Amino acid sequence: MTMASRALIVMMTCVLAGLPAHAAGRFALEQAADGIHVHRGQQAESSPENGGDIANIGFIVGKRCTAVIDTGGTAAIGRDLLMAIRQTSRLPICYVINTHVHPDHAFGDSAFKDSGAEFVAHASFPAALAARRGAYQSRLAQTVGDVADGSDIVVPSRVVAADDTLQLDLGGRTIRVQAWPTAHTDHDITVFDEQTATLWTGDLLFVDRIPVIDGKVLGWVKVIERLRALKPAHLIPGHGPINRPFETAFDSEKNYLNDVITKMRSAVEMGRTLQAAVDSDSDSDERAHWILFDDYHRRNLTAAYTELEWE
Amino acid sequence: MSKKWNVGAAPARFLSMICLAAATMLPMAAAAAEAPEASPTAVWPGMRVSLFGTRPINDSAADIVELVAPSRAEDAATVPIGIHTKLVQSPDRYIKKLYLLVDNNPSPLAATFEMTPNSGRADIETRIRIEQYSDVRAVAELNDGSLHMASRFVKASGGCSAPAGKDPKEALRNAGKIKLRTDGPIEAGKPALAQLAVSHPNASGLVLDQVTRLYEPAYFVRKINVSYAGKPVMTADVNFSISENPNFRFYFLPTGEGDLHAEVVDTKDLTFNGDVVVKPDAVAAN
Ligand SMILES: [Zn+2]
Repeated sequence: MTMASRALIVMMTCVLAGLPAHAAGRFALEQAADGIHVHRGQQAESSPENGGDIANIGFIVGKRCTAVIDTGGTAAIGRDLLMAIRQTSRLPICYVINTHVHPDHAFGDSAFKDSGAEFVAHASFPAALAARRGAYQSRLAQTVGDVADGSDIVVPSRVVAADDTLQLDLGGRTIRVQAWPTAHTDHDITVFDEQTATLWTGDLLFVDRIPVIDGKVLGWVKVIERLRALKPAHLIPGHGPINRPFETAFDSEKNYLNDVITKMRSAVEMGRTLQAAVDSDSDSDERAHWILFDDYHRRNLTAAYTELEWE
Repeated sequence: MSKKWNVGAAPARFLSMICLAAATMLPMAAAAAEAPEASPTAVWPGMRVSLFGTRPINDSAADIVELVAPSRAEDAATVPIGIHTKLVQSPDRYIKKLYLLVDNNPSPLAATFEMTPNSGRADIETRIRIEQYSDVRAVAELNDGSLHMASRFVKASGGCSAPAGKDPKEALRNAGKIKLRTDGPIEAGKPALAQLAVSHPNASGLVLDQVTRLYEPAYFVRKINVSYAGKPVMTADVNFSISENPNFRFYFLPTGEGDLHAEVVDTKDLTFNGDVVVKPDAVAAN
């Protein structure tokens, strides 16, 4: 697809602030709450067909400026997002907030390099990026093809330490950026919009798609409790439909993770080997609840087992 | 005669490998493109000569050694490996050494384990890193000098150049903690299972820091000595092909009350120790 035709589609499918969400077209936006716009990624693995468009990304518009939250799996997706923002608001982009370094959320950063925005992330984000960028980059080209060109993740100019929060004033609305202890990764961030009580979770919440443990499962279930206590009125997960009731969404994820913890903890206590432990739960009852279960469940068991050995 | 693999030279030699797709790079892991299967003839002949010269190797050795490994790894940085042996360690006939080889790893000789009749059984369970699709081999050397090999092809990639750990700061903080325990009943004269777990980043030195353009320093467990009642039961030379938080299951032959002792040495020459007092159950000790 040429740049021109891509731009055209973006323009055609863009919604203006205040209008109801619609899902048609290639780069669709949904409105989670007043001034909060979400592009929903597909519930699939990255592929040449979906161009790496698999994560939820979007932006929050204030009276003074706009904050971007996650930028998508490629520079091309980042550019689509940028154009969608331009269709919605003429205000400057003051912040690009990376919820974490996973490539499906962050490779669109490069589209915002020259936007003048300040890049905000967790204090452990730079180290994770330094260690992973090279491997992520070569993997991206293999996964999505040429559309990966120009994709890069930007080193944050402002970081938030674990368990700290940062208030950002967008003009007439304040968003609270919170950095968490190790959970989905060792550098997860959430964004809470106080005006609408909207919680943007990054990958601390997966809806319908199987959660992936790349941090600590024990830390994650604790963070889920704290997120649930925020009682958000609107909820934007890292993957999956927006605005599920928060109780259902968090409880489904917590149930899955607790099931993994219980089974792997008992396997460790029984002295089962890693292989035997993973084999013992390949047919979990949880399979029915999650998209991509067979792609990630055994891997999650592996991660949980090796963590629980050192509990 | 068996030349030592030069671990220090690995990062330069395998520079290009570092940029390989990493199966542990979430969340796109499961979409991994199929890497071409490495030809089994590429690395093995040279390795074979440097380790074993022209000595014959029995490669239909199911009655002596079996290698258990997944055909496709869930996590290339944590691939469970079992070396199961089929003979009783007796002073007359025993496995004195096991070689664990990963053909296509930067340092293909992942580990050697020296065993004695006091090992009871020469089995080993551990977890390894695999950098690219590879044959994995276990070669058992008997006390009579004969060599017996089992191998498996494992599909995994990016295990060595994966960033160390899911929480690298915590891994460094906890380096050197040891857990040593016995599993199951202890009966005098019957091989008993033990498990040694070492908290250690076991960093490969193959991860390029994209900001500093420097490789993170290699830092791994290199030597393990386990004794029971003062006699060696398992001595291992290992490297970063062993996963973060190295974990080994092995056997020893309890004879009476005695101390099972593990000494672990890493590449900074730090030594960590673990002990457990072994008391055979009264019923079995009569
Ligand atoms: Zn993620």
